[in-house]
Amino acid sequence: MKSLHQRYAGLLVLAVILALLPVVLTNPFHIDVAIRIALNAVVVIALNLLMGYTGQISLGHAGFYGMGAYASAALTTHMGWPPIVALIVGAAATGVLAFAVARPILKLKGHTLAMATLGLGIIISIVINNETQWTGGPDGIGVPPFTLLGLTIEGEKAWYGVSAAMLLLMTWFALNLIDSPVGRALQAIHGSEIASRAAGVDTARFKARVFVLSAVVASIAGSVSAHYIGFITPGMAGFFHSIELVTMVVVGGMASVFGSIIGAALLTILPQLLQTFEGWEVVVFGVILMATMIFMPKGLVPSIAQRLRSRKLKEA
Amino acid sequence: MLAQFLQFLYSGMTVGSAYALAALGFTIIYNTSGVINFAQGEFIMLGGMLAALLSAGGMPLPLAIIIAVLITGAVGLVMEKAVIEPARDAQVVTLIIITIGASLTIRGLVQVWLGKGTHALAPFSGDAPINFLGASLLPQSLWVLGVTLLIVGALAWFFGRTLLGKAMLATSNNRLAAQLVGIDTRRVLLLSFGLAALLGAVGGILVAPITYTSYDAGIMLGLKGFVAAVLGGLGGGVGAVVGGLILGIAESMTAGYISSSYKDAVPFVLILLILFFMPRGLFGAKISERV
Repeated sequence: MKSLHQRYAGLLVLAVILALLPVVLTNPFHIDVAIRIALNAVVVIALNLLMGYTGQISLGHAGFYGMGAYASAALTTHMGWPPIVALIVGAAATGVLAFAVARPILKLKGHTLAMATLGLGIIISIVINNETQWTGGPDGIGVPPFTLLGLTIEGEKAWYGVSAAMLLLMTWFALNLIDSPVGRALQAIHGSEIASRAAGVDTARFKARVFVLSAVVASIAGSVSAHYIGFITPGMAGFFHSIELVTMVVVGGMASVFGSIIGAALLTILPQLLQTFEGWEVVVFGVILMATMIFMPKGLVPSIAQRLRSRKLKEA
Repeated sequence: MLAQFLQFLYSGMTVGSAYALAALGFTIIYNTSGVINFAQGEFIMLGGMLAALLSAGGMPLPLAIIIAVLITGAVGLVMEKAVIEPARDAQVVTLIIITIGASLTIRGLVQVWLGKGTHALAPFSGDAPINFLGASLLPQSLWVLGVTLLIVGALAWFFGRTLLGKAMLATSNNRLAAQLVGIDTRRVLLLSFGLAALLGAVGGILVAPITYTSYDAGIMLGLKGFVAAVLGGLGGGVGAVVGGLILGIAESMTAGYISSSYKDAVPFVLILLILFFMPRGLFGAKISERV
């Protein structure tokens, strides 16, 4: 078990980096990328709790993300609801859906689990594509700014503050959860489901809870992103976005909270850099993905940490 | 009334055969390696695209088909050699991400080299519909059904009667035991990717005259092939084919009688319901879990 200061050292470093970034980043485009990274990282950390710590793959999380985004867009535009109410209703609806399917889905393993989560995500994205009167269909829909108690979140700086705060909160929550009895139960499930059941862990209940938690977080992040970007399309809920999220988890490192942040950062920045390759960006993205998985199958952060540790051992 | 039903049935069986061929590809690779190959859809796309472009370039159709199938098969072999084998001992999630990376790479290369346009392949024997039991049937549908049947037969012969096929079957049953009796399981893995790519290409070429083809045509076909494979239990050829046909028919009946905008959702709704109630698919054997 890690001591208290070890657990919070990383969190402190993250807080300092997040506080210093706006000083360094003066270009609004760079701040925009930083905001997107932070919002993606929130989803990726939650997904990593499910994948890395509990060992359950989900190829459909963009569906939950899209549900939040579209709840915010549709309820504010068509019903005139306040954004915060739309966000909460979206998160609650996502939670209810995730809870309803959690038990039958998480009974599955391996490829059938991949299939079921993928199917759920695709069904959500097909519904979003088809219910044009609510969602705008393939053309997308505009989202009004986020206002709360008369205040509007406006401008890059304010949005950076909101997304950085969300990221810090999520990181703190995840680190605490992992080191709690619940967290240890989850890791036991990853190790061996049967053994943990024999040790008295109600595996079905724990798996379902993490699934619902990660879905609700994805939905909230989706809502916030929708308000930030101001215009959303069904691609947000699509299969490819689910794959991107899983890729961020795996490239950063399974069962590594800070790995998730690194993974989200790399895979958010990479497509921006690759735009200069005109047409080749998909190829380069694919090749980098394969190369990372071949040479660092555990993901960047755990692989690098392992290398540093073994070097330290050699020196000692 | 009946004619309409038959019409939907024919088109369902035609699409279903394409799903079945995709499902066979998934099943073969899954059995030898435990990997869900998300690049299977790209093999299908590649076969259709290459055949369409080669024949549009003036090459006789049969030759264009053969070359397209061979190139796609080679792509399957290269993919296994270059990216699957080096990561052989990695976790399954890692391998799945690698196949996704491969699928992006193949799709991206096709987009760069062959463009984003939609391409058509000429039907193999004209497009005059044949009247059969009161509903019309395209000659190309007969080609799709016939070749699928032929391939299923050939695969049954291959796995049941040839040494190589039996070696692949043995590897899928128990890799370690297969190695112990002298089977080169690495070669079996390589061959399974080649074979899956060949099958994918054939499927893509067969349906290209009906559905047209473009660089992104493999995404949905691949995903539905995966559904068909899981529906059939990812065990053997029969399951994959029945799974594919069920999907195709369910999809075309929904499109015909209920709503065509939701037809793409049918396979996924169906598989979720089946997995909820029969977690091993329709044909999956009940095996107890090893602890």
